[in-house]
Amino acid sequence: MNTTMLRWAALAVLLLLAGCGYNTIQSAEEQVKAAWSEVLNQYQRRADLVPNLVETVKAFAKQEQDVLTRVTEARSRVGSIQATPELVDNPEAFQRFQQAQGELTSALSRLLVVAENYPQLKSDANFRDLQAQLEGTENRIAVARNRYIKAVEQFNVTVRQFPTNLTAMVFGYKPKPNFTVENERDVSKAPKVDFGQKQK
Amino acid sequence: MIRALLLLAFLLPVWAQVAVPPLKGRVTDLTGTLKPEQVSSLEQMLADFEKRKGSQIVVLMVPTTQPEAIEQYALRVAEQWKIGRGKVDDGAILVVAKDDRALRIEVGYGLEGALNDATSSRIIREVIVPRFREGDFFGGISAGLERVMRVIDGEPLPEAARPAPRVDGGLLQMLPVLLILALVVGGILRRLFGRFFGAIATGGAVGALAWLLVGALAVGVLAGILAFVFTLVGGGSGRRYYGGFPGGFGGYRGGGFGGGGFGGGFRGGGGSFGGGGASGRW
Repeated sequence: MNTTMLRWAALAVLLLLAGCGYNTIQSAEEQVKAAWSEVLNQYQRRADLVPNLVETVKAFAKQEQDVLTRVTEARSRVGSIQATPELVDNPEAFQRFQQAQGELTSALSRLLVVAENYPQLKSDANFRDLQAQLEGTENRIAVARNRYIKAVEQFNVTVRQFPTNLTAMVFGYKPKPNFTVENERDVSKAPKVDFGQKQK
Repeated sequence: MIRALLLLAFLLPVWAQVAVPPLKGRVTDLTGTLKPEQVSSLEQMLADFEKRKGSQIVVLMVPTTQPEAIEQYALRVAEQWKIGRGKVDDGAILVVAKDDRALRIEVGYGLEGALNDATSSRIIREVIVPRFREGDFFGGISAGLERVMRVIDGEPLPEAARPAPRVDGGLLQMLPVLLILALVVGGILRRLFGRFFGAIATGGAVGALAWLLVGALAVGVLAGILAFVFTLVGGGSGRRYYGGFPGGFGGYRGGGFGGGGFGGGFRGGGGSFGGGGASGRW
């Protein structure tokens, strides 16, 4: 009789968990994780392009030391941040990561602007390929970020909504940081070279 | 009232996205630039390619993608159409925004290795844009697609999955001939023997012929039954005859030889995209 009762209790707990959206939280969190790794993946891809790009530009535009140094520095800052999947759960680290990536974005667009002044560089096949790759990667980053934003939205709504918020509380799930609106405006723009605008 | 209008003006930029048209065929031209025969020749080229290689490639021409950038619009198209085989993700979409003078090749995940950003960009810059500058849209698109196909050809992809019976090229080429023959013979036999017996005679003849040609009894029987049905149902006068032909053809291919995706039934295979590819302007 005791075991039957235990079984019933286990079943009740299971049903309760399912009813409280434990599974929903789980799958939403998986979505966020997947979307986040894609974001990291694309940022990494961009970082990998940088050394090549810098070398190529250097060959044609040595005097642009300033711009080149900024890119290289931003690149190394990005590299120094450990981009682990757990970054998502730490708002401060997330913020720093964002900051560093934003700096690299603006340094790179500055570099491309400068490149416009060097016809030889612009017509160099290698540079054009690199430029296409960079543009493509920026676009992929935009896509990955948008998908991450959606996944986080989904997760946060689940975690905050009644009754799933109770389940979330019990198991210690907190809303995850998202890209800020300010950033989102940059994101929803095409990966275009911008003169005046500085990204934060 | 004015307030409402103002509000609308505010909202418009958000809502006034160019809608993604429903996917009807491999080439969708909303600008009326391509002639019908040009569209169908492109479609044929792309259909042949899909049959051979398995990759789906489609073309979309719109007047404009404003207020969105072509990258965002192309991605929405990709997400809605799901071109390319599921899991393989080997789809590619050529989007042309004519009035924006912008174009983009959107590349599915599975093709990002071969048709990478640099290659896509080269195809746009070196093949398509020069022709577009001269106003030769068909030439640009068709040459661009040819290059894209050549690039994809170099990529080892899963076989074009098709429950294709063992039919050699010879028979496939003879199909239209066989069909016309069946229709003509069917008409004559029906005149001679009446509708029902004429249909039986036609079915038998076509079935025997198909059996002889393919060497598989099942195909012969199937072809015979189809011919029987067509002759039985087909109209009597010459005019209705002619009108019935394309439909009959589609049915024949679809039923007997698993052609799949025929006559407006074209669909994306479930491929996904992540923003790969390249854009260009002319």
